[in-house]
Amino acid sequence: MKNYDKLIFEISKKDRIGYTLPKWELENEVEIPENLLREEELHLPEVSENQIIRHYTALSKKNYGVDIGFYPLGSCTMKYNPKINEEMAGLSKFTTLHPYQSLENIQGSLELMYNLSNDLCEITGMDHFTLQPAAGAQGELVGLMMIKAYHKKRGDTKRTKIIVPDSAHGTNPATAHVAGFNVVEVQSDYRGDIDLNSLKKVLDDEVAGLMLTNPSTLGLFERNIEEISRLVHEAGGLLYYDGANLNAIMGKARPGDMGFDVVHLNLHKTFSTPHGGGGPGSGPVGVKENLRPFLPLPIIEKQEENYILNDNYPDSIGKVKSFYGNFGVLVRAYSYILTMGAEGLKRASEMAVLNANYIQERLKEHYYLPIDETCMHEFVLGGLGDQLGEVTTLDIAKRIIDYGYHPPTMYFPLIIPEALMIEPTETESLEELENFIEVMIKISKEAREKPELLKNAPNNTAIKRIDEVRAARKPILKWDRG
Amino acid sequence: MFPYIPNTKDDEKTMLGLLGKDSIDELFEDIPKSIRLNRSLDLGPPLSEIEVREKIVNMARKNRTAQELTCFLGAGAYDHYIPSIVPHLVFRSEFYTSYTPYQAEINQGTLQAIFEYQTMIADLTGMDISNASLYDGASATAEAALIALDKQKGDTIIVSKTVHPETRQVLKTYMDVKGVKVKEIDIKDGVTDLEHLKDLVDKDCLGIIVQNPNFFGIIEDCSEVADIAKENKALMIMNVDPISLGILKTPGEYGADIAVGEGQSLGNSLNFGGPYLGFMAVKKALMRKMPGRIVGQSEDREGNRGFTLTLQAREQHIRREKAISNICSNQSLNALTATIYMATLGKKGLKEVALQSSQKAHYTYNQLLKTGKFKKVFDKPFFKEFVLETTMDVDKLNERLLEKGIIGGYNLVKSYPERKNQVLFCVTEKRTKEEIDNLVKVLEEIL
Amino acid sequence: MKTPTDLLYSKEHEWVRVEGEIAYVGISDYAQSELGDIVYVELPEVGEDYEVEESFGVVESVKAVSDLYMPISGTIMEVNEDLEDQPELINEDAYENWIIKVKIADKSELDDLLSGKEYQEFCAKEE
Repeated sequence: MKNYDKLIFEISKKDRIGYTLPKWELENEVEIPENLLREEELHLPEVSENQIIRHYTALSKKNYGVDIGFYPLGSCTMKYNPKINEEMAGLSKFTTLHPYQSLENIQGSLELMYNLSNDLCEITGMDHFTLQPAAGAQGELVGLMMIKAYHKKRGDTKRTKIIVPDSAHGTNPATAHVAGFNVVEVQSDYRGDIDLNSLKKVLDDEVAGLMLTNPSTLGLFERNIEEISRLVHEAGGLLYYDGANLNAIMGKARPGDMGFDVVHLNLHKTFSTPHGGGGPGSGPVGVKENLRPFLPLPIIEKQEENYILNDNYPDSIGKVKSFYGNFGVLVRAYSYILTMGAEGLKRASEMAVLNANYIQERLKEHYYLPIDETCMHEFVLGGLGDQLGEVTTLDIAKRIIDYGYHPPTMYFPLIIPEALMIEPTETESLEELENFIEVMIKISKEAREKPELLKNAPNNTAIKRIDEVRAARKPILKWDRG
Repeated sequence: MFPYIPNTKDDEKTMLGLLGKDSIDELFEDIPKSIRLNRSLDLGPPLSEIEVREKIVNMARKNRTAQELTCFLGAGAYDHYIPSIVPHLVFRSEFYTSYTPYQAEINQGTLQAIFEYQTMIADLTGMDISNASLYDGASATAEAALIALDKQKGDTIIVSKTVHPETRQVLKTYMDVKGVKVKEIDIKDGVTDLEHLKDLVDKDCLGIIVQNPNFFGIIEDCSEVADIAKENKALMIMNVDPISLGILKTPGEYGADIAVGEGQSLGNSLNFGGPYLGFMAVKKALMRKMPGRIVGQSEDREGNRGFTLTLQAREQHIRREKAISNICSNQSLNALTATIYMATLGKKGLKEVALQSSQKAHYTYNQLLKTGKFKKVFDKPFFKEFVLETTMDVDKLNERLLEKGIIGGYNLVKSYPERKNQVLFCVTEKRTKEEIDNLVKVLEEIL
Repeated sequence: MKTPTDLLYSKEHEWVRVEGEIAYVGISDYAQSELGDIVYVELPEVGEDYEVEESFGVVESVKAVSDLYMPISGTIMEVNEDLEDQPELINEDAYENWIIKVKIADKSELDDLLSGKEYQEFCAKEE
């Protein structure tokens, strides 16, 4: 069964079942007129329970996760996902709670959310948090919606622009667009700092705000942050913090102290909640006091010993999601913060930064390092640089797979050609880093001596390099039952 | 030392030595002194696993949940049964500790599961193409409206007041910042008032949104809405309950352009409202307007079938400020849950869950009417939820039910101020005859 | 890189072949090679009017996307439907495979376009 390659539909056989249900003894008629009923036959698979177990177990074996090995995917903070967090989130007292149950029945969950909000305030230096956004991108949207509402409330309706650096994640400009703003791009200098002269040129009374990731997507701290904050605020704009890279600075510096007005976090990055193969995430948003009236509803508040859901904020932006947020993810993040405490979070950032610098230092002779400075929690290589020849960053990444690691982030940030972005996180040991470094050095030699090894990589996986052009030209997006 | 940080003090020394640094602090010198945090975070000390467990379990104990009580509450989050194998498989860490499947060769597991998910959702909804899932049903509805805004000409979205109140709130939040007007269609006898819709609709209408079964549990005949949408060059967007599609006419059969919905009931726990998943399926013409991840089938260089993320030029990381949506993640693990659930129930099981829920709801409805303590509010076909009116304030009624270990229905006055003393009950296949009879008995005693 | 001298070019990398009152428009060889494997071309509707420099469609490759801009104002008379199923035709021959056929609204706008030689110099600077 080494190369099991069936779809669930392909092992289906008429009359097999994988479920049981109790008998409904009354067998009463349900009065639904014919014209409201489904005509087309359902084609869900018919499989037995044990077949389903084997099928999805086989699929799981075709996946690479943090529990399997090192996952230095830059900007994604693929740290270890602690198991106690899973267990806490899985408590049936949490998982079987209906969101519309009465307040007296949901006090435990509200208390946890309330405490988590307070902890996130302390970690980021903000005054209030909402836990509603389902992911980082939705957090960004909530942040920009609040910025919009803030200006509108002041009667300042000219502010239609959001400034985004050219090094930003694609979500920043995309979110600004979805929030109904025009995007103004501002250039970064060689090390990813915002070019202050370019910034001054675009700052005017139409600017609603500036979105910034700090450390930047190049893994370097924005040294002019105070000046940027001064300039943006003087122009009447607000400062938005993209929390993708918070793992570098916990306990060291806080966005709130840097002058940021709005902050979103990715609990699935910094706060150790699993990425789940692409979600669910959670993107809480923190604000300073002046933005509090605009927070999404409801807001969890404490009244004496009880927790309540307060909908009475007339200037709120409204809601971006049903109910209160990705609660299960929140439990995991809270469990993580309790385990780490203040000291542990700081230590996590310190070791994340140390690990990144260590790899950077060891690889810089073998790869092109466009910015040779002390980095924060991640750094960006420019592939093999001039010695690249035919070998691209994609080839290097695919060859890394052959050695049993997940490749780093490729071709991002856009301002570094052939970018290879490495983020080890704090949860890797020195020995693991050494192994990875050794592999990377070996690959750099192979690139020069036997480039075909890279060009053909991965060589050891069940599935080889996939034809993405074909997938996009002739899209097959579901199984054709023929 | 911390259990998730393997570097020892010795390791630290070795590494700093290589970097030519004397202390960790030297690595943070880029942070201007004036903004460094010169104190400890006020979070309390690190806790042992025993302490963490105790603290969180103590909080959890304060909840009283649908598992300890008997749940007749739905209104968008449903207490359907979750077969044992669903969590069993989803908790395989190869699935939950992986990232978005950017590297197809080592993520075929996630990719194939999503491909299966897309196939099942397309089948269930009767639509051409599904994406890999969105955050939840409400935001998926708003994303559908964003498609209409991109694709059609106009400035108005029309939505029925029979659509879930929170879905309408979310829609309004998303549309407000885009400067799109949201007009609501009145309710007539518990369903979308088609005459009012005809009054509202004009050439500026981008899309019409209806829900089926609607918020009151009523099965709406959406065929005329589809016609009105077509005549006015507006997209028809249907928000549907996936379980109901085991027996009810599909968005595809109604001629909808976009089907969306809340996928929680497909094997996902109630979880106090999240994480859930929103599904979205469209007609082929809208394929390249869809938000979120999409998985496609292709071949590797040896001709083996393989799966990969595809049509990525739609997405934010490529289209940036021109992208229709800013979404990056899907609710992958929830979509996996839904996939395994649908595989487990299969063709027969899903129908049976739908039918049993509906049968039990109808039994409950009739038994409650028989008590003479309730009166009908609507006289329309319904699925697994229904509205009844009583003489008591619903919050008060629910307090009394709770004393007897029952979670009562949704108090409609919260979302429809004119609907005093009206309650929306939900009955799933999990409820037994004894539980239903007990509800009826307890209500008779209270009222 | 091919740059036929009998065509006119825009700075947005569209080429124009004028035949009386009608113009064929496509993207240049330079543009297709910068984009890489083209996987999709979004075509406008026949009969629609567009102003010069207005976007009339989109070309997508696996990793990039680019708007198509009108090199001249005019009405869409025909679109190259072959591209719907075979977008790769543009990679194979960018000049043989036009994208739209336009009824020219204002011939004087043609004066603002680049000659083959000017376009070559323009691309050299873009590099």
